Amino acid sequence: MSALTKSVGAVLAAPAMWLAALIDKPLRALQNRAGFGGMAAFFLFPNMAIFGVFVLLPLVVNFAYSMTGGSALFLPDRSFVGGEQYARLLTCENYANPRTCTDDLFWVAVHNTALFVVLQVVAMTVVAMVTALILNRDIRARSFWRAVFFFPVLLSPVVVGLIWRWILQREGLLNYFLYQFGIEPTVWLTDRTWAFTAAIGVSIWAHVGFYALILLAGLQAIPRDLYEAAEMDGTRPSRVFWRITLPLLMPNLLVVIVLVLIRAVQIFDEVYVLTGGGPGTATLFVTQYIYEVGFASLLRNPGLASAASILMGAVLVVLTLIQLGVARRGEQKGKRS
Amino acid sequence: MGRITLTGIEKSFGAVHVLKGIDLDITAGELVVFVGPSGCGKSTLLRLIAGLDQPTGGRIEIDGRDVTRVAAADRGLAMVFQSYALYPHMTVRQNMAFGLENAHLPRPEIEARIAEASRMLEIGALLERRPGQLSGGQRQRVAIGRAIVRNPTAFLLDEPLSNLDAELRVSMRAELAALHGRLKTTMIYVTHDQVEAMTLANRIVVLRAGRIEQVDTPLNLYNRPANLFVAGFIGAPSMNLIPATVTGVAADGLACSWLDGGRVSIDAEGGAVLPGASVTLGIRPQHLKLARGHEAAIEVTVTLAEQLGAETVVHAQTKGGQRILAVLPGQPAIARGEEIALAYDAADIHAFDAEGKRLRGN
Amino acid sequence: MSRVSDFLLRRRGGDRWHWTDYFTWFWLISGVIVMFGPAVWLVGSSFKSPAQLAEFPPTILPYVARTVPVEGFDKPLPLFEVTLENGETRILAEKRRIGIVAQMIDPAKPDEVIKVNIADRKPARDIGFATENYVEPLQKNDFVLYLQNSVFVTVMATLITLITNSMAAFALSKYQFRGRNMVMLLILATLMVPLSVILVPLYSVINAVGLFNSLWGVILPTVATPTGVFMLRQYMLTIPDELLDAARMDRASEWQIYWRIVLPLTAPALAVLAIFSVVWRWNDFLWPLIVLSRKELYTLQVGLNTYAGELNVQWHFILAMTVVTMIPVVLVFVFLQRFITAGIAGTGLK
Repeated sequence: MSALTKSVGAVLAAPAMWLAALIDKPLRALQNRAGFGGMAAFFLFPNMAIFGVFVLLPLVVNFAYSMTGGSALFLPDRSFVGGEQYARLLTCENYANPRTCTDDLFWVAVHNTALFVVLQVVAMTVVAMVTALILNRDIRARSFWRAVFFFPVLLSPVVVGLIWRWILQREGLLNYFLYQFGIEPTVWLTDRTWAFTAAIGVSIWAHVGFYALILLAGLQAIPRDLYEAAEMDGTRPSRVFWRITLPLLMPNLLVVIVLVLIRAVQIFDEVYVLTGGGPGTATLFVTQYIYEVGFASLLRNPGLASAASILMGAVLVVLTLIQLGVARRGEQKGKRS
Repeated sequence: MGRITLTGIEKSFGAVHVLKGIDLDITAGELVVFVGPSGCGKSTLLRLIAGLDQPTGGRIEIDGRDVTRVAAADRGLAMVFQSYALYPHMTVRQNMAFGLENAHLPRPEIEARIAEASRMLEIGALLERRPGQLSGGQRQRVAIGRAIVRNPTAFLLDEPLSNLDAELRVSMRAELAALHGRLKTTMIYVTHDQVEAMTLANRIVVLRAGRIEQVDTPLNLYNRPANLFVAGFIGAPSMNLIPATVTGVAADGLACSWLDGGRVSIDAEGGAVLPGASVTLGIRPQHLKLARGHEAAIEVTVTLAEQLGAETVVHAQTKGGQRILAVLPGQPAIARGEEIALAYDAADIHAFDAEGKRLRGN
Repeated sequence: MSRVSDFLLRRRGGDRWHWTDYFTWFWLISGVIVMFGPAVWLVGSSFKSPAQLAEFPPTILPYVARTVPVEGFDKPLPLFEVTLENGETRILAEKRRIGIVAQMIDPAKPDEVIKVNIADRKPARDIGFATENYVEPLQKNDFVLYLQNSVFVTVMATLITLITNSMAAFALSKYQFRGRNMVMLLILATLMVPLSVILVPLYSVINAVGLFNSLWGVILPTVATPTGVFMLRQYMLTIPDELLDAARMDRASEWQIYWRIVLPLTAPALAVLAIFSVVWRWNDFLWPLIVLSRKELYTLQVGLNTYAGELNVQWHFILAMTVVTMIPVVLVFVFLQRFITAGIAGTGLK
């Protein structure tokens, strides 16, 4: 394996080496003229240029977009409407009832997303925690079991969506199992509640291995002798968990919770493939709303989509700042102890 | 070839003034050692000479050419780093060839130089290995080999032996000295270990807090330290430094009172200090002996006697609480709590004025 | 044997089984079923014929109907296991079926027709793989094209990611220059901005630079990943600066230091980033869905979703193509899983 990768690497590297040697001469000249500062700029340039055009520029333009109306694509062709898009998104007689809102679809998506986030965070954290605790036990072949839970993490959302669509369909595997126990087949994805449940379940299935891995790393970083000391003291296992494991795992646990949160707010692809947002609007989430308003529907409204994406971005920024704060607090805590 | 002249070298990192006006002339073929406590600026000075950092002020000349603004690559110097800095992903041969390839030397010439260096350093068998597969001593040799093949104007060595164990350090030290004898190339060697400095150097440069304290041959440094710092720094264990007061001045010496009213007369130029002035007198532990008769002696109580076999290190205290260290030859029977007299020869006493400078004529 | 059971059934201290031991094994074994089961089921299903896919209850293994060529018929006839009125069981070929009655013949004696109620017969079939599920979409539909597009996007994006990210990481880890903290902060800040937040303006930027309906439009926005720059920078910070100084003394240019010294030494981190980049780009869905509107430019993920979204879903093709889409990722998983898990545990990268 390693011999193979080495020789493959050598074959791939040869032309790259040649190319790199070729541009050495002009770059040496550049270095002589511009110095280390100039070389730093040179090394930064490709990444920052791409970054500037495809990340920073759109970020700035987004605000301008959200204040314009019409369906024209390019900014100069669009008419300025001020805060109209935001007003349309945010006007509601009763925020608890999407039907009273000017843009009822947006609020349906917001409600769905909020419910999804809450349920997802709780369920994902619990499942990941249990999995990590079990993987951290004195079991043989741990890397195999870890791989079992990690396997779906790499699958594409489309593959995940299609696999479960296939399993949850009328003639699917799930119905077959239930049929064995004499339960009537259900068309799961055409039922509002079941479809929503499936969305949560499927995204847990797809991602739990990732979070379990982070928690497992945290668990393994807890010094063994703490447990041995507790054992010598005759501490009950449940008390060991609450008084030793959980407090020491807290930094990792908080990171996991916030990461789940951030991802849940943006939930889109696997659910979109699984249910297409349906039945009706039962699994319509905010990202899908942005996608459909901005690109997919007949009456495209890029300004409205922009405004919605900025609102979502604001939520994400807050969550990320919380995450950074949490990470830093964890670091300081680590330093102190 | 290989004369290096530093004039008024200054270096600051932000607000931190690391080097404060260094003037130094290193003659061709000399082995100069920079020595000093950590943070004294010796490594910074070496990096300035190498061209890895730019001085904030002053001039660096190599063989009369001003290289202050010349890049490291073009100064024709080679450096051996403290961590050896061998390229971990290259074999020993590639490590040595790298610099020569960059200089676009023809392949046969590169091979010849590597063969020559590896013969000299006895690393021929290691050429196809990677640094990770070598022992500390072998890495050290490779690092030196990598410098040698370059045929540099001067070698710069930054604490090259500090990562070796004690035994290896002694043998590598000897080899380095032999190597310098054979190559006759200028070498600048940085260390915080004064034994290395004493054994290797043609001249030692003692640095403290960004300034040169003294530049001289090892023995001159040992015999006539220019100030209290050098006196305390050179020689192990450190010189005993004892406060004293001048009581009388004669043409060829000073009479001083020290150690609870004890009297001592020392060689110094008359008129160097006035009576009543505070001075510091120093005597090396090795210059103290057990008193046999009525020689001049210091009365002390032994607090600890360390028997090393060949010699005995005696920690002791005078009545007034002054700590005295003596290194006595052989294995004299001395126990803790014993009261002994330590004899000295007044000619071995070093005298420093209130500013810490050596008294004239001492 | 007892060694094996000891090996498998190690328990937390003591001799008796604690409830947590039972729970552990329950969790692990259901983990295998729930995590691997769906994928295995997918692969099994992908080899079933359309008729078999519609069956309920489904069979675990794929079967193909046994057929037999009979003289006087152009096509081979399907074979059935027939229970005759006298209780005898025979293998007969179906000649024709009218309502619930089938006209069966014995392949050996094609002239003699036996009429059988269809309830009294079962199709005779063997385990077999409907490989046409794979061959047909690759030949007739555009899936080969999608596959090519996906490979192109993945390879190009990964190469550019590795080059640009490592260069930027080199500058940010090995040079002191004014504005360095500013650049770091900028990159850090955009960690907060996922693609879904800038969909609309990015789309117009892509249009403005003429990359709409171009694979480069899919590639470029993804390559300046802040995570990649961060990970490589962290790694490069562990390379001692003395090594760079040594190279400078060895007359190496800064560019040479980058590609002859720093890059080879960053290889482990580059490998992790490469693996991640391959998985990311291979799996990308939303952005290609937006940028690519011409069918011949679709990547596998977009193409697959489009086929699955059609009114008349051809599951036998979709399942097979899903398996094809899964293969590279499964290969990565099998061979490089260790790198990935180490990468995640170390950096929380995904």
